[in-house]
Amino acid sequence: MVGFKKVCSVNDLVKNSGVAALVESIQIALFYVDGEVYALNNFDPVGKAFVMSRGMVGDLNGHLMVAAPLYKQHYSLKTGKNIDDEDAPSIEAYETKIENKQVLVKI
Amino acid sequence: MGGEMSKQKIVVIGNGMVGHSFIEKLVASEHYDNFEVHTFCEEVRVAYDRVYLSSYFSGKTAEDLSLVKPNFYEDNNVTIYIGDKAVDIDRKAKIVTSESGIKIAYDKLVMATGSYSFVPPITGNDRDGCLVYRTIEDLDAIQAAADKGSVGTVVGGGLLGLEAAKALTDLGLKTHVVEFAPRLMPVQLDEGGAALLKRKIENLDITVHTSKSTTEIIDGDDCLNKMVFADGESLETDIVLFSVGIRARDDLAKKVGLELGPRGGIVIDNQCLTSDTDVYAIGECALHDGMIYGLVAPGYAMAQVVVDQLNAKVASFEGVDMSTKLKLMGIDVGSVGDPHGTDEDAMSYVYENGPEEIYKKIVVSRDGKKLLGAVLVGNAEDYSNLLQLMLNEMDLPEHPDALILPSRDGGGEDLFGPDALPASAQICSCFDVTKGDISDAVDAGCCTMSDIKSTTQAGTGCGGCIQLVTNVLNSELANRGVEVNTDICEHFGHDRQGLYHICQVEEIKTFADLLDKHGKGYGCEVCKQAVGSIFGSLWNSYALEADKIQLQDTNDNYLGNMQKDGTYSVIPRVPGGEITPQKLIVLGEVATKYKLYTKINGGQRIVLFGAQMNDLPEIWQALLDAGFESGQAYAKSLRTVKSCVGSTWCRFGLDDSVTMAIDLENRYKGIRSPHKMKMGVSGCTRECAEAQAKDIGLISTEEGWNLYVCGNGGMKPRHADLFATKLTQEEVFRYVDRLLMFYIRTADRMQRTATWMDNLEGGLSYLQDVVINDSLNIGEELEQQMAGLMASYACDWQTALESPSFIKRFRSFVNVDSKAEQLFVEERGQIRPATEQEKLDGIAIEVREIA
Ligand code: SRM
Ligand SMILES: Cc1cc2nc3c(=O)[nH]c(=O)nc-3n(C[C@H](O)[C@H](O)[C@H](O)COP(=O)(O)OP(=O)(O)OC[C@H]3O[C@@H](n4cnc5c(N)ncnc54)[C@H](O)[C@@H]3O)c2cc1C
Ligand code: SF4
Ligand code: FES
Repeated sequence: MVGFKKVCSVNDLVKNSGVAALVESIQIALFYVDGEVYALNNFDPVGKAFVMSRGMVGDLNGHLMVAAPLYKQHYSLKTGKNIDDEDAPSIEAYETKIENKQVLVKI
Repeated sequence: MGGEMSKQKIVVIGNGMVGHSFIEKLVASEHYDNFEVHTFCEEVRVAYDRVYLSSYFSGKTAEDLSLVKPNFYEDNNVTIYIGDKAVDIDRKAKIVTSESGIKIAYDKLVMATGSYSFVPPITGNDRDGCLVYRTIEDLDAIQAAADKGSVGTVVGGGLLGLEAAKALTDLGLKTHVVEFAPRLMPVQLDEGGAALLKRKIENLDITVHTSKSTTEIIDGDDCLNKMVFADGESLETDIVLFSVGIRARDDLAKKVGLELGPRGGIVIDNQCLTSDTDVYAIGECALHDGMIYGLVAPGYAMAQVVVDQLNAKVASFEGVDMSTKLKLMGIDVGSVGDPHGTDEDAMSYVYENGPEEIYKKIVVSRDGKKLLGAVLVGNAEDYSNLLQLMLNEMDLPEHPDALILPSRDGGGEDLFGPDALPASAQICSCFDVTKGDISDAVDAGCCTMSDIKSTTQAGTGCGGCIQLVTNVLNSELANRGVEVNTDICEHFGHDRQGLYHICQVEEIKTFADLLDKHGKGYGCEVCKQAVGSIFGSLWNSYALEADKIQLQDTNDNYLGNMQKDGTYSVIPRVPGGEITPQKLIVLGEVATKYKLYTKINGGQRIVLFGAQMNDLPEIWQALLDAGFESGQAYAKSLRTVKSCVGSTWCRFGLDDSVTMAIDLENRYKGIRSPHKMKMGVSGCTRECAEAQAKDIGLISTEEGWNLYVCGNGGMKPRHADLFATKLTQEEVFRYVDRLLMFYIRTADRMQRTATWMDNLEGGLSYLQDVVINDSLNIGEELEQQMAGLMASYACDWQTALESPSFIKRFRSFVNVDSKAEQLFVEERGQIRPATEQEKLDGIAIEVREIA
């Protein structure tokens, strides 16, 4: 079990969009919305490819979400759950914080 | 009633379109519990759609054509005997016997044995290559014969014959049509209409021989067969396809003594009862009032009449209108009521437009008040309106010719509006749905087309009525004060066109600004992409400006289409499909260096697949250095302009189609639009570039370019409509500038030009009015807006590579330099993405490891 790890600078993020990072050989997707950072695993469980960081972000029914770039399922940025279908596969979500303009993620 | 013992036994002979429809209707009826149903099906497969039979040649399979939903019979306890023919009926004991010896007792028997194609008694009619067009097996036989031969001849120039001729040309055969009568489609068309149809069909390279009667078929010299005609002439052909009419399958009925008509057909009354009161006959085997109906709609109506009676309801079949509208080889043809004016007092009006090849005729009653019939060739847009006027005996306007004259000032629409129709007006003839039925459905809560389809079935048959059903639905909704919800998504209360106008009028240039003033929340992938495209069309804002990144799907952001494994495609522009050997070599070198899968794609250019995100900038730098630019295969904008070699090389070419295609491609490349746009240019009517399958198509003629618009391939293929003829290059550009800009301004998101035009009130003629006659007085404005967009074109990749901050985003990871792992296997000497299993099995390799 690893605690919060420093990943990158806030300047490396793209507003209202995603980037990928490699932390402890795990691919994660970082999204930057309204001054907050959200982290999900980068693997698309339906498309079966490491692409989540390249999805479009927004909100649906009050949930902040990212739309998977291949087949457009919507996942909650906060929980990684599929918003359209509770029984569909979900994505692991990680805790994040910003300290001194540095992005930290708990793996 | 109720209880197993008292179930009524229904036996249906024949599982064709009507026999199956009868069972479907019975299953859906109120008292289905009271029945036990058995059906004999002579063919080796359950009922299938003969109406769309020809699509079997364009790739539909027998399963696609099936009319029976999976497990439908099992789930509803219908017993079907497939491949087993009924051979005897003991009418006294009420028992049917089948070929395999099964005996089933009935309370009520339904004959739905259909018809067969009549083969005229000509010597040699049973030779090899002599075929008919009715079942899937017939089609297999035609296909096999076509593989061996090169010439096909259809005997019979009626509806079916012409459809068969189309199928033969699609199979690559030189095709002839031989008709006994002096004109084509003698039943439906008058002389003028048939003459125009003949001309149009001959333009498609099909030779039409009228007033020809075949006396014998003998050995051919160059082909398998030779047809000899009464006038002494002859025709060499491999295939002879008979399509001279149908005859009822009444052999079984005859054997058991049911009354037949003098020329065949099982005689039925208005209740569809035969001369035996326990036996019904429906569909093409039935003779009603001296008439055999060779269409499905009347058969379905008969089936309903029998189902109603079995459910103890009063019902009767009183004949139906035989008006038809169809697209024959891309040519619109419509025939309403009595087009021949057989009523002595009738008066007729004719409109003929030579250059545009349109023929319209109406026949009206002597007092000019009622419509009796109509013929439409080349343009059948008025069909539904005219049909409604006739069926509902509506009063005609003071000058009935206004009905067929082009409405150049756009007036006269109200006469036809859905509001003018009475509740009894039949809107969908396949399922006998009236305006009243649709109105009731709306009262019961239907508010979308799909609601209407599932509740009333309207529009789910031939589909010919969809436009009318939509219009009626919308007007019913409007009458109830219901606003049709066309909001793009939960973030904006507008459709694309609304958002476009807001952005234009208020000069809004950022998503944040738009969301702030007119929306709510953060947006989603639907509205963001639409707005991104609108900004592109309005301000030509470069798709990669920092605040636009969030508005683009990954394809637009990384300037390539994402493949299933997360890699991207690389497609450089190859204008008009013309490419130098040097450029081909560069493509080969780049593909080799970066281990890319290489394929000639469907858009006449070359695609390199499997590029990893972090290699994209280098790959594109190499391509740009060699003089390529982005092909924008990722964008909603112009894709390719397909061309044939044209007059430069081809012996038939009338103009230089390659230069025209390159000019078009360079003119419109980069412009962002509601959906992708494709174009094609052919050097002559042989149409090797398939221009008529494109949003914009040009075909060269002796007298200039013919412009076709709003066609597409893809999910719902649609032929383009002829828009204007004999144009100079300058005129082509002016019309296309206006048309595309009008499309960009007014279309909905993800709406290709075809759907857009079909949804414009007035359709093609309205569009011609706006573009050619400048009826809205916006022609110049549209041209200027287009000129502005063209002037600000820049290659996306060129711009991207000049911006270091943009290139930064192509790193695999923001925090380390290493590349993401990407696994492939080799196939036919190239890479392809590894499957999950191959990854588990450890046979997939990192692309870098491939030597
Ligand atoms: C590569 C290619 C297939 C091939 O190997 O030949 C292709 C590949 C794709 N086509 Fe296509 N289409 C390709 C020619 C066509 C053609 C043929 C043509 O252009 O003459 C058609 C039918 C003609 C037409 O569009 O009118 C065609 C009809 C479609 C459609 C259906 C469009 C429709 O209106 O129904 C889609 C889906 C869509 O756009 O919504 C589509 C979508 C796609 C997408 C973008 C699907 C996707 O999101 O992955 C494919 C990815 C392209 C890529 O990776 O860059 N593709 N696609 C062809 C690229 C042509 C090019 O250089 O631009
Ligand atoms: C190529 C083509 C295109 C057409 N296009 C159109 C169109 O655009 N619009 C339109 O309205 N109509 C069209 N039609 C006509 C339409 O297909 C027919 O009107 C419709 O199929 C009639 O249905 P049916 O059930 O009466 O006959 P069928 O569909 O012929 O079904 C009769 C079935 O009964 C079986 N049968 C016969 N005798 C026995 C027996 N003794 N025991 C068991 N089974 C038996 C036959 O094998 C057959 O399967 C087209 C037809 C063809 C061939
Ligand atoms: S369309 Fe005409 S000019 Fe072009 S290649 Fe075909 S035959 Fe030749
Ligand atoms: S008229 Fe054929 S589906 Fe409506």
